[in-house]
Amino acid sequence: MTTKTTNRRVPVLFRPASRLTKHALLIVFGLFMLYPLFWMISSSVKPEELIFREPGLVPSDVTAGNYTGGWHALKHSFGYYLWNSAVLTCLAVVGNLFACSLAAYAFARLEFPLKKLWFAIMLVSIMLPHHVTVVPQYIAFNKIDWINTIWPIVLPKFLATDAFFIFLMVQFIRTLPRELDEAAAIDGAGHLRTFLQVVMPLCVPALATTAIFTFIWTWNDFFTQNLYLTNSDKLTAPVALRQFLDSSGDSSWGPMFAMSIVSLGPIFGFFLAGQKYLVRGMATTGLK
Amino acid sequence: MTLRPAAADTATETAEPPDTPPVQTGGRRRRRRKSSRARSQAWAGYLFLAPWFIGLFAITLGPMIASLYLSFTDYSLLAPAHWVGLDNYDKMFTADDRYINSLKVTTTYVVVSVPLQLAFALGLALALDKGLRGLPFYRSVFYLPSLLGGSVAISILWKKIFGTDGIVNTFLGWFGYEGQGWVTSPDTALWTLIVLHVWTFGAPMVIFLAGLRQIPRNLYEAARVDGAGTLRQFRSITLPLLTPIIFFNAVLEVIKSFQSFTQSFVVSGGNGGPVDSTLFYTLYLYIKGFKNYEMGYAAAMAWVLLLIIGALTAVNFLMSRFWVFYGDDN
Repeated sequence: MTTKTTNRRVPVLFRPASRLTKHALLIVFGLFMLYPLFWMISSSVKPEELIFREPGLVPSDVTAGNYTGGWHALKHSFGYYLWNSAVLTCLAVVGNLFACSLAAYAFARLEFPLKKLWFAIMLVSIMLPHHVTVVPQYIAFNKIDWINTIWPIVLPKFLATDAFFIFLMVQFIRTLPRELDEAAAIDGAGHLRTFLQVVMPLCVPALATTAIFTFIWTWNDFFTQNLYLTNSDKLTAPVALRQFLDSSGDSSWGPMFAMSIVSLGPIFGFFLAGQKYLVRGMATTGLK
Repeated sequence: MTLRPAAADTATETAEPPDTPPVQTGGRRRRRRKSSRARSQAWAGYLFLAPWFIGLFAITLGPMIASLYLSFTDYSLLAPAHWVGLDNYDKMFTADDRYINSLKVTTTYVVVSVPLQLAFALGLALALDKGLRGLPFYRSVFYLPSLLGGSVAISILWKKIFGTDGIVNTFLGWFGYEGQGWVTSPDTALWTLIVLHVWTFGAPMVIFLAGLRQIPRNLYEAARVDGAGTLRQFRSITLPLLTPIIFFNAVLEVIKSFQSFTQSFVVSGGNGGPVDSTLFYTLYLYIKGFKNYEMGYAAAMAWVLLLIIGALTAVNFLMSRFWVFYGDDN
């Protein structure tokens, strides 16, 4: 891949030969890391009896039976659970974008009494384990009959409880030149217009990071969904997958792998589409 | 991390007051004009924060206090809560072996898996840092597992990879080693989860990579001129300048791994087995609160968890004084 490196900035130590070894080592290690995933993909198209007899990746016999079997293994088709997950996740993304960006603008750009105190509370709340609130939340949501609805999961997102994203956007807004806000203020724009027409358009990278992380984390989140969505008509993909594992015991691994891959599909898609934002988001929150 | 901007703010503020006292009247008038603008900003600030405030009080602080109250009661959703004082806490530490066990299991998990995970993350970040071609590709390959690691799908996969007839045993078989059911043996089940956690080293690795990029190149050039070898450069430049990032990753991963749930739930079939060897703290909390409906007890467990995490973070911060090096101290 890279034998033709010119020698700019390259220490004497890293001559082409040693670089090649390095690449080889990295590729071998990467394959080793991803081997379980490749194995799952390959197993999902193997007939059941071959899965554990063949550790290799190339199947000697290919079948789509696992996918059709797994798709219809539970009460509803797996597409039904994927749809439930998609609705829940998209609402969560909208909620986080809405509430966290409002809060972030206030913390990054406005002066108001007790701001430092609230900001400190917000930072501490990032570290708060949500188990410490989950019992009373469950009791309250149970009381207003919200169990087996998506609201116990979606509503908190519209109330900016994922403070991590507020922090991420505050960090981002702080890097934007204040002159832009001031110019907008001189032109007579209020805070809402400055927020919507000046700051938000510049925040697109931070918003994208927020959207992608929210999507992936909500899609994967098993604890809350398993807690609130137990009715067989309400299950989301991860909860349905778990039920599948429960109900089939130690058989039908092929269909289970097939549906596992289907359930990871959207995450993989978002990962490919948004890598740039994911990496940048991780880096900025980690550093500043 | 966030300390720097905040510190800068207070510095400019404390610098102002000494000038104001002599010109009392003028100052006051100016302050009044300023205050009407300030008042409009204050209004706007609190309006923009309105959703967050509602969330803070209704979803976070309110339930926190409620759960503190519940932790002193006996409550099962059906009958009204009744006050039992410190009984729940007392029972936890004196009469509940499963609880003590879940603490041990979780502690082992955190203490073993976090350092290993960070070591891998740092190692790979160093290997990728030196202007390597194809960096984005490698970074993606190593980062992907940390996005998938928390999912039910991967836990299912893990259960099978480490099962009696899983690929781990097949590989071991090639080297003439008789495998075993790693997930079904109480001696090894927790280790399969530790391996899963280490597998997700990509997230801290990305943070390390960004940190490495901030180290000025000319430091290395100067060191080379002085005749320092690769190892010496690593020990005297890279490592000290990276300590804030190592610290940040350590705090984050300890907090996160202490709350791990999905892996142990799925791999053990929801009961923390075999023989409670994978009974994570949060899994036991879930069983107590939402399977047995001992919600007072679960609330007490949650508060102890909060105290543990708070204490771990505090210890981390205290220890950081001895080994974390902030370059801009002066």
